[in-house]
Order: sequence, then structure tokens, then C-alpha cells
Amino acid sequence: MKFKISQSYLEATARQRIGFIVDKGSFKEIAPPSEKPASPHLDMFNIPKSFGDGVIIGEAEINGRPVSILAQEGKFMGGAFGEVHSARITGLLRRSLNTKPDAVVCLWDSGGVRLQEANAGEIGVTEIMGAIFDLKATGIPVIAAVGGSCGCFGGAGIITGCCDYVIASEEARIGISGPEVIETTMGVDAFDSRDRALVWRTTGGKNRYLFGFVKELVENCPEEFRSAICSAMAKSFKYSLKNLEAMQEHLQERADKFGSMDNTFDIWKEMGFNSPEAIPEMTVAELKSTVQAGGEK
Amino acid sequence: MTKNRKALKQQKLSAAKQLTSGLKTVSADMIGELLGKVIASGNKVCIEGDNQKQADFLSQALLELAPDEINNLHMLISTIGLPEQLDIFDMGLASKIDLAYAGPQGFRMARMLREKQIEVGNIHTYNELYARYFMDLRPDVCLLCGVEADSDGNIYMNGSAEDSSAIVEATAFQQGIVVVQVNRIVDKVRRVDIPADWVDFVVESPRHKFHLEPLFTRDPAQITESMVLMGMMTMKGIYAKYLPRTLNHGVGFNTAAIELMLPTYGEELGLKGKALTNWVLNPHPTMIPAIEEGWVESIIPPGSELGMEKYVEANPDIFPIGADGSLRSSRLFAQLAGHYSADIFVGASLQIDALGNSSTVTSERMTGYGGAPNFGCDAGGRRHTSDAWLQAGQEYTGGGLPRGRKLVVQIVETFQQGMKETFVENLDALQLAADATFPLPPIMIYGEDVSHIVTEEGIANLLLCRTLEEREQAIRGVAGYTKVGMKRDKKVVADLRSRGIIQRPEDLGISKLRATRDMLSARNIKDLVRWSDGLYNPPSRFRNW
Amino acid sequence: MEHLEYKFDGGNTQTDMLKSTVQGVVSSGNLEVLIERKKLNGKCRFIIDTAAEGFAKTWQAVLSRFMENHQPADLQFSINDYAASPDIVSLRLDQAYEALSGGKK
Repeated sequence: MKFKISQSYLEATARQRIGFIVDKGSFKEIAPPSEKPASPHLDMFNIPKSFGDGVIIGEAEINGRPVSILAQEGKFMGGAFGEVHSARITGLLRRSLNTKPDAVVCLWDSGGVRLQEANAGEIGVTEIMGAIFDLKATGIPVIAAVGGSCGCFGGAGIITGCCDYVIASEEARIGISGPEVIETTMGVDAFDSRDRALVWRTTGGKNRYLFGFVKELVENCPEEFRSAICSAMAKSFKYSLKNLEAMQEHLQERADKFGSMDNTFDIWKEMGFNSPEAIPEMTVAELKSTVQAGGEK
Repeated sequence: MTKNRKALKQQKLSAAKQLTSGLKTVSADMIGELLGKVIASGNKVCIEGDNQKQADFLSQALLELAPDEINNLHMLISTIGLPEQLDIFDMGLASKIDLAYAGPQGFRMARMLREKQIEVGNIHTYNELYARYFMDLRPDVCLLCGVEADSDGNIYMNGSAEDSSAIVEATAFQQGIVVVQVNRIVDKVRRVDIPADWVDFVVESPRHKFHLEPLFTRDPAQITESMVLMGMMTMKGIYAKYLPRTLNHGVGFNTAAIELMLPTYGEELGLKGKALTNWVLNPHPTMIPAIEEGWVESIIPPGSELGMEKYVEANPDIFPIGADGSLRSSRLFAQLAGHYSADIFVGASLQIDALGNSSTVTSERMTGYGGAPNFGCDAGGRRHTSDAWLQAGQEYTGGGLPRGRKLVVQIVETFQQGMKETFVENLDALQLAADATFPLPPIMIYGEDVSHIVTEEGIANLLLCRTLEEREQAIRGVAGYTKVGMKRDKKVVADLRSRGIIQRPEDLGISKLRATRDMLSARNIKDLVRWSDGLYNPPSRFRNW
Repeated sequence: MEHLEYKFDGGNTQTDMLKSTVQGVVSSGNLEVLIERKKLNGKCRFIIDTAAEGFAKTWQAVLSRFMENHQPADLQFSINDYAASPDIVSLRLDQAYEALSGGKK
């Protein structure tokens, strides 16, 4: 079958991803590589540093509308949150409280906190969460896109959950404890981290979409990420105590319904999909039409 | 003893009859006892042991034999794939081995050699080993591996026949005993790959699935820009120049990159239909885009590949498919085709010296040869002609008596991971041979058989070198920043370049900046599944969905 | 980690270039190259932090060939290297230089 490959969001660098998402020529980088912001901690571990400490921050336009945007570089230290890395993100988010862009776009790609500077990293993660809540309180939408090889785990998984709207590809994995961590603590029978198909159907974008954590599922294609971000910018996000209680109730129901199941296929079956085994093989469009045709979401 | 082969076989069969009451089917729990009746001390025992499939149940059953009753077995194993196949040496059952390849067990093999726990008869290439089964290494017993058997002993193997046809022919007709493990015993086999007359015993493996390695699946996600660049150079500098129609590719990522660039860069070069039409190759998933785009007329596979079954079956014009609709493979015939009827072999190596000799052994790992030396050498006995073969021959001889020449191309990156240099002054193989007191250092491809070496720095055409000095400088001239490369004579290298013996990417009109992964027709395994319209079903370890 | 610095006499100063560019990523076997236009009396300067120790001569060879091929001037190269092989270093340098001069196209 003739199959035309697109450019790959998964393979792209953080800088390329920003180029894909924002209007051409509109990106103004804050604290760029030429200012040589880098980690002061990595030298003592004999690990090379990177200008920007693994995250690019700046301001740009999407369809002519002003946004703040950040992109983590998953290929540098697994996109992990170090001290400078986190400070750069927090700085951009706080600055956005003043500049009031139409949206803050976060291209996450991170395995969590950087082990070599874990204390600073943990604090950084909480500061980022705080800044996201402040933005939400002012009504500036925080849009998360996940489609890198690190996915979002640990602190990054939590941060992603704090955003207003999550866009992901099937290749993106999202969770708190990574598959290896679960296997180490719970045993290989609980979760075989080397069974890649199992890992992806559990933590991958499709399952997160079917559970409603991911609001928009896209193919691993930069244009799809861009257009999903544009659509998200047209939405408004309101929060209230009532919302929160309803969500809590929904989560409780979900835990009651699926809590005893140890297999994604069983859960999908329970959700109403007649042939759950077919789901991993479906394209995004096929999955969405199956969902519309009656599979519960 | 050799005079009584027939009588000995009859003796063994009578002894076995008490166990089996004359039936060919043996229950799994009796298998140890049966092997005890049909294997005698000093026997030559051939077990599969193939490149991909492994008779895992029968390998394990050998461990049930008692070494004080049965010992000094002489094992014939083309590929040592399972630890049990070496455990029998530790146990004292077997003492000697003839083999072709020890891939996954290479480290242990090297240690056992150092500690003299194993006697190696010889390390062969595949076809040499099969050939010796018909000469001085006639198997007394062979332990094979199939998919289905019926109660008469007809065997179905699907695409995994691999070595079986060579082994069974050598055993059944030379008064040896043939035992086959199968996944299932059925009323009627899907196809008869081995007729019942050739088979003495069948046993259903309790696991119902023999061990099979997906050795030929290369995830396009791991292809680097350097590989893309070298692939472009090979396609423009060699494929487009000689237009070879018949070929074999190695199993590395360098050649996987080329396979994936046929629909892109190959199309741009106008090679489709003019070259690369008939292949000796396992069913590489990375061939799917080229097959879908109509590049390929035929592929003869030495074996199968996990996950490719449905895709292969959907392409009976290209792959050998039986009347039942499933693949048939034969390593013997595929190796023969690769040796005699391929105009070009393209592969890679771990080490190359300044004269072009190459080897894949390292000091701590004894892998053996497999089939590469037969693919990667000029076939001196070849007499049929083709344009590519004659053109290469003409370059090699520079005139005189018309001769032909196989193109043997090595594509290597000058450095491997961990800054390990591919080009070396002395191959590790020489030291290994000295340590293990092998009479022959394990050279995979001899320098005089190599026609071209391709690196990120350029192509060296060794056919055009007229002296050993020129050959050496041509190789140093593409060896990049390795020590071998830095020792080049700049003037000679410049002269070789002006004569077209060395070609840089820019000499070929290739911009390095075009050498990106955008050149690939598939970026990952999922793309291959989509190309195959869902017919390719990759093993779990290759999935990220 | 090893810190290396090199200075080369340059060719002709070009002004129709971007002010700076960065190419590549600091990941295993890869590197990041930052090129900035700087007044260096026509020279080029390379500042390298590398995880592969003991390769000063190889760097000298790779950089010399880059200078020969492109003859740039008044440029500062800052490199963070995670043990990239010389061919990758050379490719990234070419890409970064192309991106820098790409500004004039």
C-alpha cells in the first residue's frame, strides 16, 4: 500500500518542534544558547552540559495570536527537570502572568526529575505546578503536548495532569512511575517492562485518550499537533468546586469499575469495545470513528 | 563401524520399538528414554541449531541422557543458539563439535575454548558444513524441528525449513535416524515438507512453539544520518554505475537504510526496474516499501522472519510459496544462489585492516562465519555472465582475457559506539586464532575479494587498484579520522581521488545536508505495518504502540 | 570531561550571515555546536567541552579540515560533546555552518 511518511514529531528536536508549531519567523527566544545558560551541577558528575539546560523558552504567535511556548529536549538527559531547567520554565510561566498571552503552550518530553540535582529538581517541579495553577486562576489556558520519546513520567506526568488540555500521540507514554520502576517494585508478573506492546497499550496515548486524560489524540505528525493546539486555543476552561467534586466522583466510579482488572484489553472490553485487540493497530482516525460508533469514551 | 551403519540403525530401531510399540509418534515424557535408545556413544549427532529456529525441546531432552552410558558425542550444529547445546559438553555427554556460527552463545564458546572444555573440529560456512554431512561428517542421528506432523511422520515446516532439508537428506539416506519435534501432531499436515519415509520418530513439544529469533528485523528508528549518507553513496556510486540485478544484503542497519531508500533516493536515481530486481534475502521487514513500490521481482530466503508470515503469503509472485499458500525456505539453496548468482553482496563488518581483510570476531567472543564468506566472495567457478559482473571483471583485470567479478561491498562507519575504530592495523581475529591455536584466523571476507569499501568519507574502488600499495592507500583514504586513516599518504590519496578510485560525497554530487532521515520511506516499525496494509505483525519487542 | 580550545587563522569575513546558530543535541554519541559571529581579528575560535577524553589530536584534525573546506573567519564555535565520533562532529559542523550562512539565501 502506498504510504507517505510525514515528518515525525517524535524524532524532532525541541527546536524543530517549536518551528513546527508556531507561525514562521514569529519565535522570539528568551535566554537563548548564546547566553549559555547551563547547569552548574553536571560538571562534578562528568556529564556534558547543554546551552539552555534542555529546555527552550520564548514567545511566538500561532495563527497570529500571541503565545508563550516551551519545549523540553528529551534527548538531553531524558528531558529531566534540573535546577536551571526548571527555573527557566517557571520564569516563562510567571512572566506569562504579566504578558497575558492567549495561551501557554508546553511541549513536554521528560522522564521526571534529574537524579543528579534531585532536590532542586523536585522543588522546581512544585514551582512549575504552582505557576500553572496561577495561570489557570487568571484564565490563561495552559496547553500540553506530549509526543516525544521520553513521554511524561514522574514529575512530568504530574505537571501534565495540571495543564488545562493535553494533546498526545499514541507514541507518547504518560504516567507517574515508569514501567521499569513498576516492575522493580511490584515484580515482573505485575508489569513486564520489556513487553513493549504491553507498556504502550497501558501508558501510551491511546489508552490515556480512552480514559479521558488526553483530550485530543493525534498521529505522530507535526501538522496534527499544530492544528490540535489551534483548536485548543479556541476553547475556554472553567473551574469550580462543583467541577472538582464531579471529577472526584467520576474517578471513584472509574476505580470501582476497573480497579480489579489487570489487563488493558479487559478494560477496553468493559468500556464497550467489541474487539479490544484491534485497538493498538488502529490509526487515530479509525479509533475515533470506533469511539463515535458506540465504544464508550 | 562405518561398514555396519545399516545394521546399527536396525539395532537402534528394534530397541526403540519396545518403547514406542512401533509407532512413529512418541509422547513427550518418553523422549529422554527414546534418545537413549537411538543415540550411542561416539555418534555424530546433528541438532537444529539453525540461524533462526532452535529444536529447543530436543536440546533439553539431551540433558536427560546419562553420561556414564552415552558419551563422546560429536555434535554437528550449524548455529549454537541455546545454552543446552553447550551444557551437554559440561555434563560430559559430548566432546567435539563442528559448527558454522555461535552467535548468542559466542561468549561462552570463547570461554570453553580457552578452558579446553570443548574440542572444535572446524568452524565452517553454512554450505561447507552441509557439504561435509554428505562426506566425512555423516550424521548418525539428527534432531529436527518442525511445525506439524501427522502420525505417519509427514512433516510441515512452513517458512522455517532453513537447514532441515539439507540435514534430513544427509541423515535419512545414509542410515541415520531422524527425530523431529513438532509444535502439533495433526490428522493431516498443511503441506508435506519432509515425507514420512524419511522420518523415524516425531514428538509433540509441550511448549507447542519452537524457539525462533526475529534476527532480521531492523527498526528504522535506529538508522542514523551517517547510514543514510553511506547508503546514498552506495546507491549512486555503485548501484547506479554497475546496475546489478541480482544481489544479497547483509543484516545490518546500513543495508536496511538502503532498502528503505529505494522508493525515495533510488526512484530519484531512476534505478527501478533497471537494477536490484532479484534478491537472496530473508524476509526483511525493511523490504516492504520497495516491494510495495514494485522494485522486486523475486526474493529467495534462507529462512523466515517472525511477523512477516501474512505479508509474505500475500506476495506469492516474489517469495517461494507452496500450493498450501505458506512460505518455503532453504538455507542451502539460498546460500548457493548468493554464492553463484548474485552480482553484488553488500554487508558490514566490525573490523577491517589496511588491506581490506575483515572480521567480526573480537577477543572475548567466538561467533564463527555463518554464510557471509560465501556471499562475500568472488565465486571462482562462476561461468554465466551478466553486465554488472563483466563490468566489474573488466575494471579488475584492466583488459586482456574477458573475465567477470562479483561486486563485494563493505559499508562501515569509521567509528562504532564508544569511539571504537573500525579500521585497524591488526585484526583481533589474528590474536584469537593464536590463543585458541586455530590453524586459520577467522577472517570473514578476504581483502582480495572486496571490490568496494564505503565509509562516511567516501568510496574506495579496490577493483581499480593496480598494486597492494594503491589498495592500502585507497583504504586509508576513506578510513576517516581513525589511526589507520590518519596514516594516509596525502599525495597518493589525492592521486587516487583524481583517478576516481576514491570518491568523496561531493565527487558523486551528493550533499551531506540531504542525508537526513527524511530520505527513509519508513521511520519506524509502525510505518512498515502501514506500508504492509496491516499484514506485517511485528513481535512485541519492536512495538511502541 | 575534557576542556579544549583551538584557534585557527581564518579566510574571508562574511557579513551576510545569521548572528548565531545552534545545531545538534547533547545526547550520547552526539553534540551541540553553537556558532556566533565575533570580532576575532579574522580568526576562528573553538571552545570544546567533551566527555571523550584524550582525543585532542583528532579534534585538531577534524577542525583543520573544516577550516580548509570552508575558510570561515571571525566565528566562535562553542561545542558540548557527548562522545560523538569524528564523522558526526564533522557533519554537525558542516550543518551548523550551512545554517549560519543559510541566512543569506
